[in-house]
Amino acid sequence: MRISVQEAPFDFAAEMAGFGQGRADVGAIVSFTGIVRDDSGQMTALELEHYPAMTERAIAKIVDEAVTRWSLGDCLVIHRIGKIAVGAPIMMVATAARHRVAAFEAAEFLMDYLKSRAPFWKKEHSASGETAWVAAKDADEDALRRW
Amino acid sequence: MVDIVYFAWVRERIGLARETLQTDAATVADLVAELCARDPRYAAAFADTSALRVALNQELSDFDAPLAGVREVAFFPPMTGG
Repeated sequence: MRISVQEAPFDFAAEMAGFGQGRADVGAIVSFTGIVRDDSGQMTALELEHYPAMTERAIAKIVDEAVTRWSLGDCLVIHRIGKIAVGAPIMMVATAARHRVAAFEAAEFLMDYLKSRAPFWKKEHSASGETAWVAAKDADEDALRRW
Repeated sequence: MVDIVYFAWVRERIGLARETLQTDAATVADLVAELCARDPRYAAAFADTSALRVALNQELSDFDAPLAGVREVAFFPPMTGG
């Protein structure tokens, strides 16, 4: 299990190279990568603020729950902070499980919880120099109920 | 003594990232009332606490929670990770 909160970009291929492999109890690996998207056509970057004293602990709690619930063989969460350009990766999760359904479900669970239970806040930067905090969506909170 | 930390627009609205306060507030809600009485910037930031979240000693909590034994209180908007 590995959790990393970092400013630097991550190398997806290098992260996945040995993940969950070389063991007899893993039959499925799923990964998700989040990319900074621009819906307005005006955005240049997304800035991620976080609560350093709390972030890793909050993520560890979410990871522990996923590992227990889906009996994961391995689990990886990387979340970037600071200013990230449109089109660049912002975060990734990977899960390794005995079966495909567990690996997919655990990855979705991680994403749903990272969205609204890990202390990150997004601020959009636009080409004109304006900034705006991204508001949490009711749908994000609703997504937690299915678990 | 309790450390209070603010994040995102709460930090911007109050104009502070961190402060230390000597308080007799029994609950988070009491602390919020005490802060709001100090300066209009706090009243603006805490105008609608349903739009805010609170963490006590880095664990999510709520506004009715007691402050006994709490070293750090954090106020922030709903989180937007992922």
